Amino acid sequence: MSGYILELDGVCRYFGGLKAVDDVSFRMKKGEILGLIGPNGAGKTTCFNLISGVYSPTRGRITLDGVSTGGLPPYKMAALGVGRTFQVVKPFTSLSVLNNVQVALGLDRYGGVGRSLSTWNTKASSDEAMEILEEVGIASLAHTPSGQLPLGNQRRLELARALALKPKLLLLDETFSGLRHEEISLLSRLVRAVREKGISVLLIEHNMKVAMGLSDRLVVLNRGRMLAEGSPGEVRSDPKVIEAYLGKGGAGDAS
Amino acid sequence: MNEYSITILTFISIQAIVACGLNVIVGYAGQVSLGHAAFFGIGAYSSALLTTKAGLTFWGALPLVILITGAIGLVLGMPSLRLREDFLAVTTIGINFIVESIFLYIPFFGGALGLGGIPSIAAFGTRLRGANYFYLCLAFLAAVVFISRRFTKSWAGLACFALREEETAASSMGVSPIRFKLMAFVIGTAMAGLGGALYAHLMRFISATDFGFTMSVSMMASVVLGGVGTLWGPVLGALILGLLPEIFRPLVDYRMLLNAAILLMMIRFQPAGLLGEGSFLRGLFGRRGGGRP
Repeated sequence: MSGYILELDGVCRYFGGLKAVDDVSFRMKKGEILGLIGPNGAGKTTCFNLISGVYSPTRGRITLDGVSTGGLPPYKMAALGVGRTFQVVKPFTSLSVLNNVQVALGLDRYGGVGRSLSTWNTKASSDEAMEILEEVGIASLAHTPSGQLPLGNQRRLELARALALKPKLLLLDETFSGLRHEEISLLSRLVRAVREKGISVLLIEHNMKVAMGLSDRLVVLNRGRMLAEGSPGEVRSDPKVIEAYLGKGGAGDAS
Repeated sequence: MNEYSITILTFISIQAIVACGLNVIVGYAGQVSLGHAAFFGIGAYSSALLTTKAGLTFWGALPLVILITGAIGLVLGMPSLRLREDFLAVTTIGINFIVESIFLYIPFFGGALGLGGIPSIAAFGTRLRGANYFYLCLAFLAAVVFISRRFTKSWAGLACFALREEETAASSMGVSPIRFKLMAFVIGTAMAGLGGALYAHLMRFISATDFGFTMSVSMMASVVLGGVGTLWGPVLGALILGLLPEIFRPLVDYRMLLNAAILLMMIRFQPAGLLGEGSFLRGLFGRRGGGRP
């Protein structure tokens, strides 16, 4: 098996004439935190949807931990070890916070009809869900209907559900946007702790400070294409990147 | 109780069985089906045919009836359940009309004359009639409520709730949308098949028009009135909608108007149904109404 958790090789996704993702290739080492950045409309979320199976690639190959996965549906990708959060939070509104996490704990029960008939609301599953809620710091809200949470806590719930899948690869889609400063530092610590457990993290982030601070390496997309790849330091001083963000002539102003 | 009241109660318990089935599909899995009467009809016709033409007893036919109805539910659900919301609703209405037409126009199903001579149900050496038939229906209703409850406690049930709330998120958590929607659909249609069999042997004569779109709407009304996705809601809804026309007999000509008025009032003042979240009955009796899990 290769040392890479995720490999994208010439991946394209077209919507009619729009090349949302065009010939993107990068590799992610096991246990790495990789930031995916780029201006609005660069194709970051499309990239996530390709990796998590929401879309299948028009062309190219996606390999997860040595297994070629392009075209598998999201529920199979979850079983293969991909956990994700959504840019626009998607809680199961009428279910409690605890039950939301329990849905994810059922991952290995959903594979067959027979297996899915056993009882879900056991002490074991609620204890396990509670542990994960404690980890993300919203255990006190366990019995609140998830639709009533403020945004910051809904983002933590998204993270809790993704962690409950015990993923090999965690995809975080703008988990930090719209959060207060304290919430950001708390979640950053959490992401680092997750990586310590050996989970690889791929994150989309608009907040440059967070993306640069958290990521081991960055991949920069612009208009669907790869623009740059490298350590935060390299990317920050790359004139192409500065141009994409600030426009031509911006390089001078930025320094 | 006189015989008339018992007959009304028997009809209500059959309606409640079928409404519980619809509740699994609409309430638990969130898939709007407006063609549930088709499966009620398939159950009634299969039991009628198996007992008259194939010579089986009711008890011999029943497992086959449930199997046939569930299997047809599986086959029709497979393409339909890939559609979302309003498209699914329209498709299920179409299924209802097609099934009704098949019963009406194919001679094998008795055509416009319907099917008659359906034997009554025998148990312990006697023919079940009156109150005994009612108790039989009540026992099956209890079984259906039990299975519904069991389903909500299973991982499959939880998967359905997740799909109902947020399909994309559920699917990113390992829930195959089509598998679990189909599972709910098959369970729901099989329950409708059971109700159909009980109906056929109660009436001993059935015709296609008993299973039309109006019937589907009235089942949906029972579920909505009682509380979509609650355990006892469909039973309460069927009871109220079954009793009202009897209580307001003088208003018989305005019955449909009354039903429509009740539904509009429900949507305005108790959108989650009588036993649903935030209803005045739940307020009265605490949380014991068995609300949406």
